[in-house]
Amino acid sequence: MLDECKEGGGNGMSNEMNTNAPLIQVKHLKQYFNISTGFFSSRPLKAVDDISFDIMEGETLGLVGESGCGKTTAGRSLLHLYQPTGGEVWYKGKEIKTKSDINEFRKKATMVFQDPYSSLDPRMTVSDIIGEPLDVHHMYKSREERREKILELMSHVGLNSEHAARYAHEFSGGQRQRVGIARALAVDPDFIVCDEPVSALDVSIQAQVINMFEELQDKMHLTYLFIAHDLLVVRHISDRIAVMYLGRMVELADANEIYDRPLHPYTKALISAVPVPDPKIARANKRIALSGEIPSPLNAPTGCPFHTRCPYAQPICSESMPEFKEVEKGRFVACHLTEQIN
Amino acid sequence: MALLEVNDLHTSFFTDAGEVRAVNGVSFNLERGKVLGIVGESGSGKSVTAYSIMQILAGTGKIVSGSIKFDGQELVSAGEKVMKDIRGNKISIIFQDPMTSLNPTYTIGHQLMEAIMLHTDRDKKQAWDRAVEMLKLVNVNSPEKRMKQYPYEFSGGMRQRVMIAMALACEPDILIADEPTTALDVTIQAGILELMKDIQKEIGMAIIMITHDLGVVAQLCDEVIVMYAGGVCEQGTADEIFYNPCHEYTKGLIRSIPTTSNDGEKLEPISGTPIDLLNMPAGCPFAPRCDAAMKICIREKCERMVINEDHQSACWMNVKKAVETV
Ligand SMILES: Nc1ncnc2c1ncn2[C@@H]1O[C@H](COP(=O)(O)OP(=O)(O)O)[C@@H](O)[C@H]1O
Ligand SMILES: Nc1ncnc2c1ncn2[C@@H]1O[C@H](COP(=O)(O)OP(=O)(O)O)[C@@H](O)[C@H]1O
Ligand code: SF4
Ligand SMILES: [Mg+2]
Ligand SMILES: [Mg+2]
Repeated sequence: MLDECKEGGGNGMSNEMNTNAPLIQVKHLKQYFNISTGFFSSRPLKAVDDISFDIMEGETLGLVGESGCGKTTAGRSLLHLYQPTGGEVWYKGKEIKTKSDINEFRKKATMVFQDPYSSLDPRMTVSDIIGEPLDVHHMYKSREERREKILELMSHVGLNSEHAARYAHEFSGGQRQRVGIARALAVDPDFIVCDEPVSALDVSIQAQVINMFEELQDKMHLTYLFIAHDLLVVRHISDRIAVMYLGRMVELADANEIYDRPLHPYTKALISAVPVPDPKIARANKRIALSGEIPSPLNAPTGCPFHTRCPYAQPICSESMPEFKEVEKGRFVACHLTEQIN
Repeated sequence: MALLEVNDLHTSFFTDAGEVRAVNGVSFNLERGKVLGIVGESGSGKSVTAYSIMQILAGTGKIVSGSIKFDGQELVSAGEKVMKDIRGNKISIIFQDPMTSLNPTYTIGHQLMEAIMLHTDRDKKQAWDRAVEMLKLVNVNSPEKRMKQYPYEFSGGMRQRVMIAMALACEPDILIADEPTTALDVTIQAGILELMKDIQKEIGMAIIMITHDLGVVAQLCDEVIVMYAGGVCEQGTADEIFYNPCHEYTKGLIRSIPTTSNDGEKLEPISGTPIDLLNMPAGCPFAPRCDAAMKICIREKCERMVINEDHQSACWMNVKKAVETV
């Protein structure tokens, strides 16, 4: 059962539910930041360290993990908003290498942020915000066509034409997120990295926006990398879920599978900690307490990055890095003891 | 007599744009040793309710009317001298961001000891011992060493533990926790909630847990108040609120969260946009967003009604149901 992993990257291809081809392939992606530690010295902060996964066409891959584990960096690096330190990103079976590859890719792959307002100029109207990517990528022939495109995008996200001349700060959080999504849709992408897009919203509004993501996906054949820290939200929207810890991927599996039967010790702790909105279940839940604190990525432990807090750790765990490998069909885990503890 | 009795509390902010009725007729009782949850979306008046109890309202905020009784003593008219004794000694509060209440330029030990000496007649040596004891209680490792460190040397979760230690140092009867874990990761949150529960059992204080997260409520609370637009729409035991919700807003709230049971289905959001406190509707404040709203809901506000001995709700649907079943 163990070790069916193909060499190189390209993990996650054997999910039977997805007969589609992978739209995105991430192979050994690394993103290091140089942190200065003195006048002449610096050290690499390994924000993302050797992660590999595929995203199938039309799929939603959820990405979870504690703050600072590298989710946002992984999304940005994948989109080449940063120049990756190492590894490869493939789009539709072709590696993204040259400057023109990157430019082409940017028209097809974009990002939605937690609060689009904070990253936008408050002096811009909704119409300017949505129109900007159209301008950048020369996506219209006349002013008239530009206007029509903007209004069409607005109607996709449930905004009406009278909103076009208003400023983003006049809107509530949920409406602002709609503006952000319309802007992301402007380039007619087929892949969107959604970085905590509903985390700042109240639950009632959050549900509106989640439904909209799902509807747009069906209508426009979108593929998502959906980053969030709320596991119930991620489970709801995702086909598969990937879990990160300290810049590494520790588990990747079908969304329900991983929630009902987590295999990695960190995933087990994470899922046991989710506050379930049902008093009887919540009272009965046994939470797995993690000792200690998340180490700094500047001082990542040797061996398994989780060994300093892992309730199962053995000597081998601090000595060598467990491989991220396929332990069951479509299920990837990076732990030395997967078989013994499950 | 309940430990804390809040009756028809009205608190407003007097802004240039007009009177913002942040708390609009809130009533509840808190029994000794119980955990009361206050839930509601942002802007529903949860924090202002808490700040009214402590009388620490910011800016133009003022308690307009109503009564707050602690152990039978009226607080609204009591004056600052009495409130000084209440705050810290009888009722403590912790906030979402512990950094706002910690001074970055003093050690954790200094700040803990100061809080202890302010509220008790312990001397320096005794205060030190007590502070170390409190850090142990909240599971901070090597407390003697931690006493000499500064707030920046603590992680977010550890700072919140220190705040809890500080809040509990004088053994208050009530701990008000205003979204204490909202900024923390779930594994850290789980530890803090567990800690609060353990301490609550051990020393028997009452807790008011303010949160927007129904999961946190389910895990921790005996009683729940659901707030909307500055008012209480529903109050009851946790089981009643979750398994027998009797207000359309609460029902909508529960339907809109993803759970294991509505998996694979579409979520049912509450329609519309959040309330504007400067333009409150005449009838039920939730009526503009309520799919079940009837004519009377738009015309007239529904008073709180008794559903059963563990449960009250202010929703016209209950009247409709009662009439139909007669
Ligand atoms: N531009 C940057 N320069 C230096 N360090 C960064 C930068 N962006 C992120 N980091 C660091 O990389 C790590 C991962 O951050 P991030 O990807 O934002 O995590 P997440 O999104 O999971 O919260 C953190 O330790 C963060 O401090
Ligand atoms: N200092 C203030 N000045 C004016 N309005 C305020 C102030 N503080 C709070 N409010 C208003 O009171 C209402 C309730 O706020 P709050 O109790 O903080 O909500 P919650 O804690 O439920 O998110 C909000 O609509 C807010 O705008
Ligand atoms: S490799 Fe060892 S330390 Fe890492 S998760 Fe597995 S058991 Fe725990
Ligand atoms: Mg992030
Ligand atoms: Mg608040």
